[in-house]
Amino acid sequence: MTAYLLKRLAIALATLVLASMVVFAVLEILPGDPARLMLGMNASADQVELLRNQMGLNAPLAWRYLHWVGGLLSLDFGRSYTYSVPVIDLVRERLAVSLPLALIALALSTIIAIPVGLFSASRRGRAGDTISMGAAQLGVAVPNFWFALMLIYVFAVWLRLVPAGGFPGWSAGIWPALKSLLLPAVALALPQAAILARVTRSALIEVLNEDYIRTARAKGLPYRAVLWRHALRNAMIPVLTILGLQFAFLLAGTIIIENVFYLPGLGRLVFQAITQRDLIVVESVVMLLVAAVIAVNLLVDLSYAVVDPRLRSRQ
Amino acid sequence: MNLLDIENLSLTIGDTPILRNVELSVAPGEVMGLVGESGSGKSMTALTVMQLLPHAARATGRVTFDGIDILAATEDQMCALRGDDIGMVFQEPMTALNPVKTIGEQVAEGIRWHTKASRAEAEDRARKMLDRVGLPSAKFPMSRYPHELSGGQRQRVVIAIACALKPKLLIADEPTTALDVVLQAQILDLLRDLVAESRMGLLLISHDLAVVTEMADRITILRHGEVMEAGDTARTLSEQTHPYTRQLAQASMHVPARARPHGIETGRPLLQVEGATRDYPGRLASLFKRAPTIRAVDHVSLSMTPGQSVALVGRSGCGKSTLARMILALDQPSSGTIRFHGETITGKSEAELKPARRDMQVVFQDPYGSFDPRQKVEKLVAEPLHVLEKKPTRAERREMVAHALHEVGLGVSDMDKYPHEFSGGQRQRLSIARAIITRPKLVVADEPVSALDVSIRAQILDLFAELNQKLGIAYLFITHDLTVARAITDEVLVMHEGKIVERGRTSEVLDHPQSEAAKALVTAAPDLHRAIAQRMQEQG
Amino acid sequence: MTLHIDIPEETFGSILAKAFRNTAFVAGFVITLLILAMAVVSYGWTPYDVTKLVIADKTQAPSLAHWFGTDHFGRDILSMVMVGARNSIAVALVAVGIGMGVGVPLGAFAAARGGLVDEALMRLNDLVFAFPALLSAIMITAIFGPGAVNAIIAIGIFNIPVFARVARAGALAIWPREFILAARAAGKSSTQISIEHVLPNIATLLLVQGTIQFALGILAEAGLSYLGLGAQPPMPSWGRMLFEAQTHMVVAPWMAIFPGMAIVVTVLGLNLLGDGIADILDPKSRRQR
Repeated sequence: MTAYLLKRLAIALATLVLASMVVFAVLEILPGDPARLMLGMNASADQVELLRNQMGLNAPLAWRYLHWVGGLLSLDFGRSYTYSVPVIDLVRERLAVSLPLALIALALSTIIAIPVGLFSASRRGRAGDTISMGAAQLGVAVPNFWFALMLIYVFAVWLRLVPAGGFPGWSAGIWPALKSLLLPAVALALPQAAILARVTRSALIEVLNEDYIRTARAKGLPYRAVLWRHALRNAMIPVLTILGLQFAFLLAGTIIIENVFYLPGLGRLVFQAITQRDLIVVESVVMLLVAAVIAVNLLVDLSYAVVDPRLRSRQ
Repeated sequence: MNLLDIENLSLTIGDTPILRNVELSVAPGEVMGLVGESGSGKSMTALTVMQLLPHAARATGRVTFDGIDILAATEDQMCALRGDDIGMVFQEPMTALNPVKTIGEQVAEGIRWHTKASRAEAEDRARKMLDRVGLPSAKFPMSRYPHELSGGQRQRVVIAIACALKPKLLIADEPTTALDVVLQAQILDLLRDLVAESRMGLLLISHDLAVVTEMADRITILRHGEVMEAGDTARTLSEQTHPYTRQLAQASMHVPARARPHGIETGRPLLQVEGATRDYPGRLASLFKRAPTIRAVDHVSLSMTPGQSVALVGRSGCGKSTLARMILALDQPSSGTIRFHGETITGKSEAELKPARRDMQVVFQDPYGSFDPRQKVEKLVAEPLHVLEKKPTRAERREMVAHALHEVGLGVSDMDKYPHEFSGGQRQRLSIARAIITRPKLVVADEPVSALDVSIRAQILDLFAELNQKLGIAYLFITHDLTVARAITDEVLVMHEGKIVERGRTSEVLDHPQSEAAKALVTAAPDLHRAIAQRMQEQG
Repeated sequence: MTLHIDIPEETFGSILAKAFRNTAFVAGFVITLLILAMAVVSYGWTPYDVTKLVIADKTQAPSLAHWFGTDHFGRDILSMVMVGARNSIAVALVAVGIGMGVGVPLGAFAAARGGLVDEALMRLNDLVFAFPALLSAIMITAIFGPGAVNAIIAIGIFNIPVFARVARAGALAIWPREFILAARAAGKSSTQISIEHVLPNIATLLLVQGTIQFALGILAEAGLSYLGLGAQPPMPSWGRMLFEAQTHMVVAPWMAIFPGMAIVVTVLGLNLLGDGIADILDPKSRRQR
């Protein structure tokens, strides 16, 4: 058990370090002079030199990397060039939108998908299965931002139930804030739910073909009891894997969805920072998102061990 | 009154007929043996009684268990019967248990479900049942998971599940086929005891006539979904009135005609293995601790002369397959040397091995898994030609393949077929054709007939014997089946826990085993002659 | 977790016969063919010229003259959807090509070698997986400039680890088979075995993954061009059309509906095709309980 945990932890840490090098390298080495990039082609050499000094770009590469990592670890992400505020403040402010959004979407997609998958698997080949899997097939094909546009048209433009976009801030009260996150969350969640429901169904069907299901049936357990007691837990591993992948997908999805709904979230921040060449913000936020993905993957690995006793005793 | 009565049972799955007018009965305390080759419908008969058939299956006729009409019973009624009055044991112990539940949970589950007992009560009964099937609490606590147990131990858990509520009828579908002979004998003993203890009826399904003869009071022989013959075991098998019964019995005891012992003593050994050892590193138990090294093969030495036929016998996991792989240079020994034709083959590169590979071929156990399903027979059989110094032209290659196919009793037209167009026995012929196409001096055969039905097995053994005579090929037969060793080899090596513990002339070793390991193998091995004699004696 | 591959033992003819009895396959095949045909036709003919702005005809609702209506510049939406298909298909297809071309050999190599090589390649895979694909694609296109080629590269790079993983898992399931041992006993090298025995046996697995990545590529390209990072005007693209539709949604909802439907139908067709292939070639999926 501990060996498995330690190995996963070591791998996660190594991936994190490598990822930080990649982010650093891509943004500081590849595109040429970051200061020039940030200031644009019309800036004078003096201006560029000034910014280079400000950003510490004249220091040796390794030192700059260590300085950056040290800053990240002490939550000092530097100052945004376009907003002229510490990046950490920006992140904190934007996270208050993006984190609830991603969590609501994840919860929504799980709550919808797993029961649908179970329902479908237990009625394999019958009308209920065909209808729900047909809907899932359609759901997988829908781009979330187009779905978002349709939702806006129906619920905001037509029915006027919710705002079409923007975010009043949590200070405006929980309900107005939540209301403005509702459509974005649904737009993010439904296509993901469709994928998850399909995976749940096929994982269950795979498991239901196993020999030990027959053993359980031979014990006298009715089909439904076999499904709940024996099949579900064994089917959890592929489902957990997809849940982990979906988290990364949701993070990326927020970039587009926050743009559709004009939500001041992390995704919109990073997108704007990229287009405005605010590399300090890009570096920190990308690193933050990558760290979140790695952490979630580690969590998924650990949950495998909880579900599957074979992993606990293996390497 | 009979416990189970099957009358005029017919079964179709989709449009395929599976069973026709099957008649069978089991009385309380009786062991009924149901014998047949693959595809005879034995398992489907069992699943009909359990009502665990595939959806598309339609059964007609009458199946009565303890006065209940099974074919008319509702699913709720069947659930009440399954696991309570009828228990079932399956063939594959490795996959029959849920990997994420402890063995205690899995045995207790059925008890709780049927008796509504409290958790503690059910666990108490489950514990007693596990003790009864030979898994004592000191070594096998209820909290063990299936993957921590061996195949034989898992089969004991499955039996504990099936017998937990003292069923009136136990159905055992090939319960020992996946186990080695020693484990087989132990599991059969356990089943016999359980039957005697509680006057349980046992429907024992097997392809192995010897096993059934040892166990069953009465026997039913099934072929292509129809009952060929049924009756008292001793009488049926001693009289052998039905031609199919006779055919099965003879095939089970078949010994190929061999004009041997060959004994071409050329003085120069073909194969020499000296002190071959193979270690596998233990698993990482924690970050700094490794489980101890596993020694699969432990200082094994042996030598073979050209044309000699040698059996390497042992229980599963004794290291015989690992040794075979090292001889074939598919695996490297950790220490020791292997010489072929006097040339060392250990530590050689693939290019340096080419001459040795020409003279050394292999036949595997599984006639289905040993061919790439995407290639045609011509390409598959020709694959070893790759090691020839001079690459044959396409015409030459076809010629050589045709010749090899002819030698194993297949036709030239078979060259353009895919492997799936052949039956299991024909595939094993293909496998042999592939092995002899380079005219090798040694063929290593890893359980080459254990996946085949008895009648096919006899034919393949004949083919091996014939090729040994004709081409002077030396064989190293790896097997756990002593009848195969007896049928076709001159010498036998008995392997146990990585070491060779006994060696000598085949008849000598099998008739008068000296080592513990050899004795265990010989006693456990089912033998039809002996079983019939014993039955006759019991009944006077 | 190990992957189990059932290798179907059938001839091409019987597979084809089965394919045309499989509803998902037929539906997917027909849809995909139609979309492809639409893209091809657009090279020679579209109902209207997509580069010509006819302000007088702006934001017209769907009619006989303009089946899908017109946009805020009076361009015919049907014509734009047709031309946009080219771009979507080209980007997604080349991205799949990159992913397969690099990922499959890597995965097969990792499986054949095992040990440290395998471990290193898989850790590299983990590394790429740690970057949310769309985020990285945005970074790549933002740094190297927007445009179809950079979109292809950005999407293609993230297809590599997907194919590497699938190829490796498939190859690992094939390697312990006895026919591989037989080939080794015949003196074949691991490269020869990978090419002759392993790849043909995992081809269907890769084909199915290919259709999935193709569909995902269409979605990703639409996302990138929605953000203005894909193909640049005047070349129409589905994602960009949706971006432009957003501001005109109240007056001209069809501007958003039809390009979106085009994406949905294309992706649906590809997914159905993939499902159909998987279904036809995997006998296990039809096994009953």
